[in-house]
Amino acid sequence: MTTTTAPARTSASAAVLRTEARLFLREPGSLFWILLFPTLLMTILGLIPSFREASDDIGGRRVIDLYVPVAALLAMIMAGLQAMPPILTGYRERGILRRMSTTPVRPAALLSAQLVLHGAAAVASAVLALAVGRLAFDVPLPGQPAGYVLAMLLTAACALALGATVCAVSRTQKIATAVGSVIFFPSMFTAGVWLPVQVMPGTLQRIVEFTPLGAASQALDRAAAGSWPAWADLGVTALWTVLLTAAAVRWFRWE
Amino acid sequence: MTIVEVQGLRKAYGGRPAVDGVGFAVEEGEIFGILGPNGAGKTTTVECVEGLRIPDAGTVRVAGLDPVADHEQVTRLLGAQLQESELQPKLTVREALELYASFYDHPADWRPLAERLGLEDRLTTRFAKLSGGQKQRLSIALALIGNPRIVVLDELTTGLDPRARRDTWQLIEEVRDSGVTVLLVTHFMEEAQRLCDRIAVIDKGRVAALDTPAGLIGRSAASTVISFTPSAPLDERELAALPQAASVETKDGRVVIHGTDETVTAVTSLLARLGITARRLRVSETTLDDAFLDLTEESAR
Repeated sequence: MTTTTAPARTSASAAVLRTEARLFLREPGSLFWILLFPTLLMTILGLIPSFREASDDIGGRRVIDLYVPVAALLAMIMAGLQAMPPILTGYRERGILRRMSTTPVRPAALLSAQLVLHGAAAVASAVLALAVGRLAFDVPLPGQPAGYVLAMLLTAACALALGATVCAVSRTQKIATAVGSVIFFPSMFTAGVWLPVQVMPGTLQRIVEFTPLGAASQALDRAAAGSWPAWADLGVTALWTVLLTAAAVRWFRWE
Repeated sequence: MTIVEVQGLRKAYGGRPAVDGVGFAVEEGEIFGILGPNGAGKTTTVECVEGLRIPDAGTVRVAGLDPVADHEQVTRLLGAQLQESELQPKLTVREALELYASFYDHPADWRPLAERLGLEDRLTTRFAKLSGGQKQRLSIALALIGNPRIVVLDELTTGLDPRARRDTWQLIEEVRDSGVTVLLVTHFMEEAQRLCDRIAVIDKGRVAALDTPAGLIGRSAASTVISFTPSAPLDERELAALPQAASVETKDGRVVIHGTDETVTAVTSLLARLGITARRLRVSETTLDDAFLDLTEESAR
């Protein structure tokens, strides 16, 4: 039985992913906020002349240099916290997960497809920010590419886990949207959207470093500057990911 | 051959029993109806058959398999149309059919299926843009796409107009004729009477009766309705005293008696004795509606 059903299940999961990808492309709102908005914001800031000048306050770098990783983090937040929770809770609320439970395919395939798609979109958006930063504003590409990729994937996982936890604790789509928004603003703050973490005053910076996105911001910044990200920062993000994933799995309701 | 077997099924939500000792056996190839008022435990019962809920007690077997422990195998044999279950709003009919077909090793060809369900000119329409009837038909198509041996249809014609309802009934008969066993949950008497080979009447979490539609009507205490307009006033008490007369009502000069065949004979001889003629005399069988009310009231007492 196992030998005959295994390939069928793989192809079914692929079909679910393909279908969800098509549906994802039919959501212009999500596409804009995840893929375009972070780079757009970065570009607008880059158009401010003083942000393109080296500043001694931030170790001789320019503000725009700091905003490339911020744009990447913003994409992760948009994908994980803004776009994904209403979709997943909607699937539960509309009985889509239940219907799938009556077929040989587990509804978890639908959730995994959503996680993969939002993660991929966030990473694509981060790559776009890097490319635009390099081409338009001469922001050097990350000096430590492997560390940058590692930090980025870890952050994406963390943002998705945060979104999944929002779905797990929210009974309805409306509640999910509300809870998502409440976490959305602190997340943007800790990611350094208003004030990059690297220029925050000392005490604030040390507090923010314990938040998932604050730690991720430090990790990305270090990798961008050319050194390997601090294990403490990677560790904080990883720990949050593990805790949030456990919480999401523990509290998620299929109906 | 028995294909679905339910014995002593119990399921409570928060201490309140929804299903309290339901048992029945569905034979292969029949349309088996589960009929009952709202909140009687119909949906909970079929959800246990589908393996969506874990019973507190009792056994459920689908083709000999346990719907919870052997869930995946059962999903290959059983197609389900759930009450109030939607699809992704922007998914088109064709995409839904192709997607669900990909879940099975030997799916039905979705094109003829869509044609049979009158969805062939809606293939590129998104789910959110379909009418209520079209959504229901798509739901049925998805329940059938895995070539199931059993299909469970829960409140399938709720919200359909009479025309669409009749079309759906015909479709269900065709499904049965193609050899698929149908487990039909409904609260429409007309639907149960027209479609079902046998019916389990569920009330307050128990099986109040299990029989063919004709059997249920016959079993009812008052299976015959006699109505007429007497040429002269009649004493209701005298009518109520007639053998097996369950109820007597007089409204606007018209007398309606619920009883049995025996009551009919007694009424005619009484009228003859009194020299009263019965104008517009009608003798009819009660509908399943009346039988149903009778059965559920009986269990209420």
